[in-house]
Amino acid sequence: MTTVPLLAATSPSAAIAFVEIGVVVLGLSVLARFAGRLGITAIPFYLLAGLAVGEGGLAPLDLSEEFISLTAEIGVLLLLLTLGLEYSADELRAGLRTGAASGSIDAVLNFTPGFVAGLLLGWDITTAALLGGVTWISSSGVVSKVLHDLDRFGNRETPVVLNLLVLEDLAMALYLPVLGAVIAGTAVIATLVNIGVALAVVAFILAMALRWGHVLSRLLAPASDEALLLSIFGMTLLVGGIAQQVEVSSAIGAFLVGLALSGPVQLRASPLVHPLRDLFAATFFFFFSFQLQPGAVFGALLPAGVLAVVAIVTKVATGWLLASHVGTRARLRAGTTLVARGEFSIVIASLGAAGAFATDLQGLAAAFVLLTAIVGPLMAKYVDRLSLAERGTAPAAA
Amino acid sequence: MPDVTETQLPGVGVRHEFETSAGERVAILAHRGGRREVLVYDASDPDRCTTVLHLSSDDTRTLAEMLGASQVSQALSAVEQQVEGLAIDWVTVAQGSRMAGETIGSSNLRAHTGASIVALVRDKETIAAPGPEHELVPGDVAVAVGTPDGLQEFRDLLSA
Repeated sequence: MTTVPLLAATSPSAAIAFVEIGVVVLGLSVLARFAGRLGITAIPFYLLAGLAVGEGGLAPLDLSEEFISLTAEIGVLLLLLTLGLEYSADELRAGLRTGAASGSIDAVLNFTPGFVAGLLLGWDITTAALLGGVTWISSSGVVSKVLHDLDRFGNRETPVVLNLLVLEDLAMALYLPVLGAVIAGTAVIATLVNIGVALAVVAFILAMALRWGHVLSRLLAPASDEALLLSIFGMTLLVGGIAQQVEVSSAIGAFLVGLALSGPVQLRASPLVHPLRDLFAATFFFFFSFQLQPGAVFGALLPAGVLAVVAIVTKVATGWLLASHVGTRARLRAGTTLVARGEFSIVIASLGAAGAFATDLQGLAAAFVLLTAIVGPLMAKYVDRLSLAERGTAPAAA
Repeated sequence: MPDVTETQLPGVGVRHEFETSAGERVAILAHRGGRREVLVYDASDPDRCTTVLHLSSDDTRTLAEMLGASQVSQALSAVEQQVEGLAIDWVTVAQGSRMAGETIGSSNLRAHTGASIVALVRDKETIAAPGPEHELVPGDVAVAVGTPDGLQEFRDLLSA
């Protein structure tokens, strides 16, 4: 008679996995502290850590990839869930009503650099469109951290910045499923059908979330924190999984779950989900670059540098154009605050994992995010000083 | 009172802003979780805040108390936030109201409108949770809790 282990936590293979994961997560925690001290986001450090212990890195680790890759995928879902939780249905409706012009300016100015660069590098159109997404979407995580650290929530240019983040999120809700359908499709007709199905599903869930979200929220309202966390986590995986089944990106499913929650439940859910998100998302960034050859990233530094310079200019221009009602310095602040790209660029790049130019895309995206996520917050911090120095005025005492 | 402008900050909260009589721009940013920021704008760059004061919900209450805001309204707004769909209103009993002279019990206000009187303010004195024997005297301010529709009827009955 064979005995089936009831609890795998006692098995030797689990022991090894625990040690590996423990070492990695402890390493990430040191990096997160270091980044906190420097006052910048930890994402670039997570990426570098993944490279360092990945294949061909400084100290290659033989990690149980299956477990980590699942954790990383959950990280993407939670990133998108918290993004959806960020905004109420009213704010999204307001964004949809008033933001078409600003959203289009942002899309044209910031999608184009990546798309053109992809074509110039000789990639196929799909991969180039993914690179366009990489340069397009600002990192809402980094942007809100910058606004918080520099105490700029009250500034007059800040509503423009925040509104643009809402619009980019809505744009992602269309962009991700469309790209997902294109990647999954083979023939032109099948791809078109896929896109149609994907958009219909997103429109349907979005409409349901905006109209009936409060019912779901009311159902969840009496739950204890524990039950609430479990139901949100369960729903996120369930809807994400179903969305993936019908060829809509699972990330969008998670995003829509976040959107559907509103009112007091939304307020309670954010602090519950955030620690979980931080844990899984750190694994995601780490694992993304863990799979890459360091050569693919460092070899891409030159094109990524050029692309970063262009994409920084276009993002500053976007902020400048949209914040037309405030003064020169505020317009520059709006632009530089938006420069950093981060989590979504990496999520988009990871979509193209099956393409012919996947390694090139992911290497370039990692290098590009490393550069903009470090330079962006620094630019946002020092732009005031620069523009003050230009005018020869002494900075006001804080 | 100066004009107060409201700005929605998606994902963050709402900002209320006005200009003081001394000409300084001041704003209060209410974060969604209940945190507040008190902001004072820079005279040389009016788009930027020079002073930012971070307040927890408790700090906000303390500051409001020191500035002289009524604790009654604070407590009531807390109730209002907890109970969704309910509203609170202060209604003065008008001179010609047919409810003037009735007691709370005989007025049947609660049966008619669904709104309950949770306090009566008479000559700056507050009667909390008044019983049915209390008389509604013209000039009394009744603090009532009910649905927005119920409160509308309540106001109509006390004003005419």
